[in-house]
Amino acid sequence: MVHGLVDNPKIYTMDDLMRLPSVSRIHFIECGANSAMEWGNVAVPSVQYTHGMLSCSEFTGVLLSVLLDHVGFDQANGKFVLAEGSDGSSMTRTIAIDRALDDVLVVWGMNGEMLRPENGYPLRLVVPGVQGVSSVKWLRRIEVGDQKWGTKDESVHYVDLMPDGMHRQYTSVQECKSVVTTPSGGQVLLDKGFYNITGLAWSGRGKVTKVDVSVDGGNTWRAARLESPVLTKSLTRFNMDWVWDGKPTIIQSRAIDETGYVQPQINQLREVRGTRSIYHNNAIQSWLVSETGEVQNVQAY
Amino acid sequence: MSKLIKVFFVLMSLSVFHAPLTEAQDDYLNVGRPALEEEIAAWDIDVRPDFMGLPAGTGSVEMGEEIWEEKCTACHGSFGESNEVFTPIVGGITPEDVKAGRVDGLIGNKHPQRTTMMKLPTISTLWDYINRAMPWTAPKSLEADEVYALVAYILHLSQIVPYEFELSDENIGDIQKLLPNRNGMTVEHGLWDTNANPDVLVNACMENCNAQVRIHSSLPDIARSAHGDLRAQNRHFGATRGADTLSEALVDPVRDGRRELTNTQASVVAKVDASPEQVAKQHMCLSCHGVNEALVGPAFTEVADKYVGDGDALVNLFNKVRQGGSGVWGAVPMPAQSGPTDSELKGLITWILELEKN
Repeated sequence: MVHGLVDNPKIYTMDDLMRLPSVSRIHFIECGANSAMEWGNVAVPSVQYTHGMLSCSEFTGVLLSVLLDHVGFDQANGKFVLAEGSDGSSMTRTIAIDRALDDVLVVWGMNGEMLRPENGYPLRLVVPGVQGVSSVKWLRRIEVGDQKWGTKDESVHYVDLMPDGMHRQYTSVQECKSVVTTPSGGQVLLDKGFYNITGLAWSGRGKVTKVDVSVDGGNTWRAARLESPVLTKSLTRFNMDWVWDGKPTIIQSRAIDETGYVQPQINQLREVRGTRSIYHNNAIQSWLVSETGEVQNVQAY
Repeated sequence: MSKLIKVFFVLMSLSVFHAPLTEAQDDYLNVGRPALEEEIAAWDIDVRPDFMGLPAGTGSVEMGEEIWEEKCTACHGSFGESNEVFTPIVGGITPEDVKAGRVDGLIGNKHPQRTTMMKLPTISTLWDYINRAMPWTAPKSLEADEVYALVAYILHLSQIVPYEFELSDENIGDIQKLLPNRNGMTVEHGLWDTNANPDVLVNACMENCNAQVRIHSSLPDIARSAHGDLRAQNRHFGATRGADTLSEALVDPVRDGRRELTNTQASVVAKVDASPEQVAKQHMCLSCHGVNEALVGPAFTEVADKYVGDGDALVNLFNKVRQGGSGVWGAVPMPAQSGPTDSELKGLITWILELEKN
């Protein structure tokens, strides 16, 4: 159902939606709380735990803008969209109309097959670049309105506590971020010599334009190779040659997106946001390679 | 510019840039159908901070207390204080916070944990939350008056209203003015609008950036095995291996020539099932079942007692845990459980069924 500040509220069946012009787009989905446990200190050992709440898939569906145009949404007063799921809690999230008209997808297909139940079958929203909770699964209703809804998942959950005691409300964008996946925490290098440093970079504001890698704890940086295709709001793989001399060293990666935004260090994030905001930790990840070859999660700056 | 070229450009701009939007207003013939007013009314349950969508109704603290005891205490505790299943709803606020509309305990990490009432900026959110999502086992089963009553009870537990209070659509706007964190939210940040300026801006230094780099945080040795055996969580081929975190850290430095890890470090050992007690704990069975005491669900010993001599009990209970069920032990349904592996679940049920004999 699409209704609210619209001329012609409509009900679309799956049959209807699948008749409309479809698009297929590759996007990442990252939980707003990915890396949350590391705001204050190192807490977990490997990249699965530090950065694991992240995925990237090809999604097929109809642009939300097509549906909003079709129902004749109120262009003067329709400033926000509410998406509601049909899960037990009928989870709801507010989305700005400019996001909704840009690249938000009403999705039924994923990676060439119909959505799986756990991914929102038969229908979900995908809000590219925004924390995953906005990509409402089991979508049942879209409402156009002139105010934000202040739902449970944007008023008591998913609010970011700042050092002055204020909570940031409606934080959404997943800022530019990257992580080295090999070598990474919990792995063991068996030998000195040549290795391919590899990792992933992404940005909720668009394309990744550059990834720098440091093998000396951030004192010097070299540009890594970006693997193509580099897509907007999508995971981008990077690689860099490295010869390990067997000495302890700290490996880091730092991504830059097309807006010029540079991925910050954890101490730079903390200076502004403190240590208790839970969400939106996009800090540079440091991996310590010890003389034994074991790799550990550390915070180095 | 010749007339022909001008016409061409006009056509181009119409067809390429404008046509899809204008077409979308009238086309897609026969796709979708009008939503009836009754359908919209049935589906549109949201309540906004300006109270658009709030149904009329009344509920007293006393009525809320009764419903709370019946439907809410199992997870949230009698006073909304429980930290067992979810974080507490009530606590951490003072009469001064109610006056100021800012929760002092949030400033400078003074309070170790945040409760719902410390964060809640809009009373509509609490009403909408309960109405659409509670109780956990039967969301949307509450009448509007019951939702008012539960909100009133939480306000009373938070010492914002007296026991005699009745909340209604008439006075809920006045209550908004008493919420302890009503002035505690900001939208002044760069994380809503994708075109807004980010709050943390740094430069991409390439050389001589930090010669004095220090390690400020790392995992203590005691946490080495806290996330299981990382060796089994990594590929056992390729450029690296997973660290054997169930053993001490490696001591010898890597030398030229490939390190041969010992048998236990190099091979992937088949995963051994956790003990039944560990399975029950890991998969939160013990949130609702005690071993000897009934909680939300029956005690394990009661289950064992009920199925003594029943040769089909293992299979039946296995299916029941997987599929969920209700009615055998009371009205509260048991949700379907997919967490434990088949062999873990069989081990757990066998253990439960033997409990009575011990």
